Amino acid sequence: MRENSLIESWLRGIAIAVVILFFMFPIVWIILMSFQTNETILRIPPSVVFEPTLDNYRALITGKLETNAASLDIAFMRNLGNSVLLSVGAVALALILGVPAAYSFARHKTRFSEDIAFTLLSFRFAPPLLVLLPLTIYFQKLGLSDTYFGLIWVYQLICLPLILWIVRGYFEDISEDVEYAYRIGGHSWFSTFRKIAVPLAGPGIAAAGLLAFIFAWNNFIFALVLASADKQPVTVGALAFVTASGIQYGQIAAAIVLSITPTLLLALYAQKYLVEGLSLGAVKG
Amino acid sequence: MSGLDLRGIVKRYKGDTVLDDVNISVQTGETLVLFGPSGAGKTVLLRMIAGVIDPDEGQIIVHGRDMQGVDPEDRGVGMAFQNFALYPHMTAYRNIASSIEVTEKSKQKLDDAVQGVARLLKIDQVLDHAPRALSNGQKQRTALARALVGSPSLLLLDDPLRNVDAKLRFEMRIELPALLARQGTTVVYVTQDYKEAMALADQIVVLNTGRIQQSGTPADVYLTPANTEIAQQFGDPAINLLDVTPQQDDHGVYVSLSDKKLYIDSAFGPWCNTPCVLGIRPETLRLSTVASAASIPASVEAVTPLNEKTVTLLRTAGGRELLVSRPAGTDEDLSGQVFIEVSNESVMLFDKRTGSRLDAHQQEAVA
Repeated sequence: MRENSLIESWLRGIAIAVVILFFMFPIVWIILMSFQTNETILRIPPSVVFEPTLDNYRALITGKLETNAASLDIAFMRNLGNSVLLSVGAVALALILGVPAAYSFARHKTRFSEDIAFTLLSFRFAPPLLVLLPLTIYFQKLGLSDTYFGLIWVYQLICLPLILWIVRGYFEDISEDVEYAYRIGGHSWFSTFRKIAVPLAGPGIAAAGLLAFIFAWNNFIFALVLASADKQPVTVGALAFVTASGIQYGQIAAAIVLSITPTLLLALYAQKYLVEGLSLGAVKG
Repeated sequence: MSGLDLRGIVKRYKGDTVLDDVNISVQTGETLVLFGPSGAGKTVLLRMIAGVIDPDEGQIIVHGRDMQGVDPEDRGVGMAFQNFALYPHMTAYRNIASSIEVTEKSKQKLDDAVQGVARLLKIDQVLDHAPRALSNGQKQRTALARALVGSPSLLLLDDPLRNVDAKLRFEMRIELPALLARQGTTVVYVTQDYKEAMALADQIVVLNTGRIQQSGTPADVYLTPANTEIAQQFGDPAINLLDVTPQQDDHGVYVSLSDKKLYIDSAFGPWCNTPCVLGIRPETLRLSTVASAASIPASVEAVTPLNEKTVTLLRTAGGRELLVSRPAGTDEDLSGQVFIEVSNESVMLFDKRTGSRLDAHQQEAVA
């Protein structure tokens, strides 16, 4: 019995190690790559022994990409800034619009509320390109193409349904009696929403906001079609690393490390809420 | 003055009528108890008075003011919920203070009011605790304090003792009437417990499936229940209900119990040969070890001593079972053969078909 459980715990440890190795390897490899030059990356056989260099990061931050052939300008830091601006803007707008809408769908059921909620969700069903091509024409007519506002608006196709549907479930889980009690205690419906409903749905709102942020951050196609170079996020900007004189693996790796950092930091910060939020909604009856 | 008037209240949900033409009037300062089983419509009615549900038809008038279209926050009512409905992210203090923070701008007065009601309800030690750190009893008292703190002119209590343990329920049943009387407010109290109803009510309204079955003082409901159902709900041990068919002879109207004739009010004459149900409260029966002309022989089946009374289950020769309740310690232990003396003054007669109580002097069913 005792031996059995010892073997079991060994096996479990090995299994976990294998899984972690499997999932973490690409990330670790990318981090290693980001400290190497193209030559050391491409040597055969590959080796983990190398002389680390900060050239890749220096190139990204100064915006000067040195290749064998020439020196290229690269707007990576601007792309990163765009990513932050677009994602934060899109999530903020989606929260401002989505949280009250979710509350309304959860609490004030009218004849068409289910249909409207489903329509909003169905935005996610359509292939983005199918929506984008006609949208490009409209945006040009409206003067919205190649503006931050236009992009943030289109990002609502991703963020709004996500926030609406996740947060709605959390609002539905709050006992109506708690809100009734606050109303009877002399508070308006709006202050009941602000002081009772939103704080109690807080973990859910945090979780939905984080997910929406990740989706917005990783979006590629919207900005590719609708924005010019100076408005593009890192996902699109990374294309610039494929140069005439070859693919700059070192810089790509450094760019990946820099671009996952904000999401990673946010996720670490919000992890407490995220776990609590995602499990709370599922378990509560 | 009338503290609360409900006139012709009707509420339907998807074709089901949950409240059907409910009319109730409560005097200022009186306590009305809404009594009935789950699904009777008590809670819906209470929420309508609070203004969180709108009636489909009818008027709600609180202290002379029609509440049609008045938001819950403007009705000046206090309410305690069955599940407490405390705000989980606020301390007990904030929970209580929330009821008056809108109207009471003076910090000092607000604090005085919260501390005062907390002392009254013995929760002043736990005011800085979050609801999840409170015991059930403390939660219940916090919910009650939140309803009481603003001294509302109308207090709505939705089965506030439902989720607390038996000991606390017993304590609160004694404390509450004094507390409510002290406030001098009009109270609507919802319960499924007949003891609470009897202890607190000036007026009891018995609701079932959305209709008022009976309305009256606790004594009215206990002594002259409108039907067998209410007779069974009020009283512990429950009333004895025996199928009988009244007969008439030269001496008057009687029912047969184990070959003995129990003469009842001769005004019950019109119901002779009609299947009826005889209701006998367990505490009105007397037991004796010696036979008398009218007493019914029976054997003792089981004796259940409770603290304040002893409940004895008896079986008559005819196989009928009867419960007898006697004050504890007043009688010697009984076993084997005993004799039951029935006082014909205290029996009730119900129509077997409808369950309605028959009133000898009205010559018709009361409900």
